[in-house]
Amino acid sequence: MRKALAIALLGSLPLAGCMTPPTTLDLSLDKLTEAQKYVVAIQPQAPLITINRLHSWEVKVSSPDGAPVLHAQIDVDGGMPQHGHGLPTRPRVTQELGDGRYLLEGMKFSMTGWWVIKLTVQTEQRGTDAVTFNKVIELPPRDKV
Amino acid sequence: MIPCLRYIVALGMALAVLGASSPGFAQADPSAHRKNDGWTAAELAVLASLRLSELPATPDDPSNAWADSPAAAELGRQLFFDKRLSRNQAVACASCHDPARQFQDDKPVGEGMGIGSRRSMPIVAAGYSPWLFWDGRKDSLWSQALGPLEDALEHGGNRLRYVRLMQSHYRQDYVDVFGPMPDLGHLPGDAGPLGTPAEQAAWQCMDSATRDAVSRVFANVGKVIAAYERTLHLESSRLDRYIDGGGTLTPQQLRGLRLFVGKGQCVSCHNGPLLTDQQFHNTGVPPRDALRPDAGRSLAVVKVREDEFNCLGRFSDAKPEQCQELRFLSEDEHMEGAFRTPSLRGVATRPPYMHAGQFKSLEDVVRHYVEAPRATVGRSELRSEHREGRTPIHLLAREQQDLVAFLQAL
Repeated sequence: MRKALAIALLGSLPLAGCMTPPTTLDLSLDKLTEAQKYVVAIQPQAPLITINRLHSWEVKVSSPDGAPVLHAQIDVDGGMPQHGHGLPTRPRVTQELGDGRYLLEGMKFSMTGWWVIKLTVQTEQRGTDAVTFNKVIELPPRDKV
Repeated sequence: MIPCLRYIVALGMALAVLGASSPGFAQADPSAHRKNDGWTAAELAVLASLRLSELPATPDDPSNAWADSPAAAELGRQLFFDKRLSRNQAVACASCHDPARQFQDDKPVGEGMGIGSRRSMPIVAAGYSPWLFWDGRKDSLWSQALGPLEDALEHGGNRLRYVRLMQSHYRQDYVDVFGPMPDLGHLPGDAGPLGTPAEQAAWQCMDSATRDAVSRVFANVGKVIAAYERTLHLESSRLDRYIDGGGTLTPQQLRGLRLFVGKGQCVSCHNGPLLTDQQFHNTGVPPRDALRPDAGRSLAVVKVREDEFNCLGRFSDAKPEQCQELRFLSEDEHMEGAFRTPSLRGVATRPPYMHAGQFKSLEDVVRHYVEAPRATVGRSELRSEHREGRTPIHLLAREQQDLVAFLQAL
């Protein structure tokens, strides 16, 4: 009994002072949209995401059979489900880069923890569909702590 | 739970590998004593992120071409302490932002020409925040400095009167920094867009080119004050010295630090070297005036977007693409009743607390986070309803005391 309690307490240890993200999160950044109309892959342009710093992502939109999707209208939303607040900024897709790639500017994460990034993709040919990505923001590992 | 443990172990191993391969780690290690305090590798990474030595230089402000000009800073310093910059000749910036009191005033709400509705904020390191004031209705230090000058409850002056004052008392200093001043000879003594009805009428009678010329000098007053404020820097704290390896915390403060980065969840928002995420949160702090609760950030978004002195405005020195924060300004629906997270540096010696001095002591503040009352305006982030996986902050009375003891080390 005591051992079970100890394990339970260990499991609830908060990580980096934040609420621990659910362990079942799908952390893939390359996903089919909800109605399977598109495949969307997102990738930050900086190697490390620094808390509270504006940065950009690249969004790649394809059809399920892998063809690049051009001229898509992409809307961005998101936030922290465990804190009940949205994104600290209102990011936007500002450029189409070609080959189904798009530049997403104005992203910012203000704290460590579990964030969601929701994209809604719309084209004339395929209609509207949405996808939600999970991103856990962590402090960068340090060479000197 | 297992993946969580696995994560901590993996991070610890990663850090150990990095540490072993880093000459910096091998040389330094004055921090060895901290390892004896039982910190995990993940916790040590958090501690490292909090120390003042992690703070980068004050971010550039492309909207203020004089932000780092020593001549501008010197003129700004003089203006900051000059009580003539007020309707009654008795209110300077320094009246509410007293250098002897961490550039704040120890009062629940600001007192200038009248009584304000929010607490005066400390201004050292304010240049790190993309948004100024408790509600973030300004997007630069210089634009912020202009607000109180024209606020009837603060300095209470008007735009043309300030420009006349610059001509009478600071002409040469101004010309040295900015070049010639406009000719005001034919204009009335007082005029401004936010003054008395007579001053507003006089302002409307001026042609737009003249109004612009006056507003530009006024904007430059803000820019030199901002340049002065950017020269103010924080000093290291007991916590910094502990993390850097040259100092100690008391056993009670150590317990408090563990709570701060652990189950107290304080570090979620009070993160980084300034101990603030610079964002806006509704934590259900009771309004000062229950009949007129303060909506905070939700009303400020429109204000900053429409502000003639914002980064995209004609008095800004920035190119539009440099105004990233304003371009990507959020209209988060959860911002009703939200206020900016204040820095906790020096917090123990500047009661009362919160955006309108609602709490007299740090004990009251910590108790508030544990009690997590329902918000009067909007919804409190501290409450578990509508929050997926939200963990309430549970702290025993003894733990609350430990946390308060730790806050003395900041």
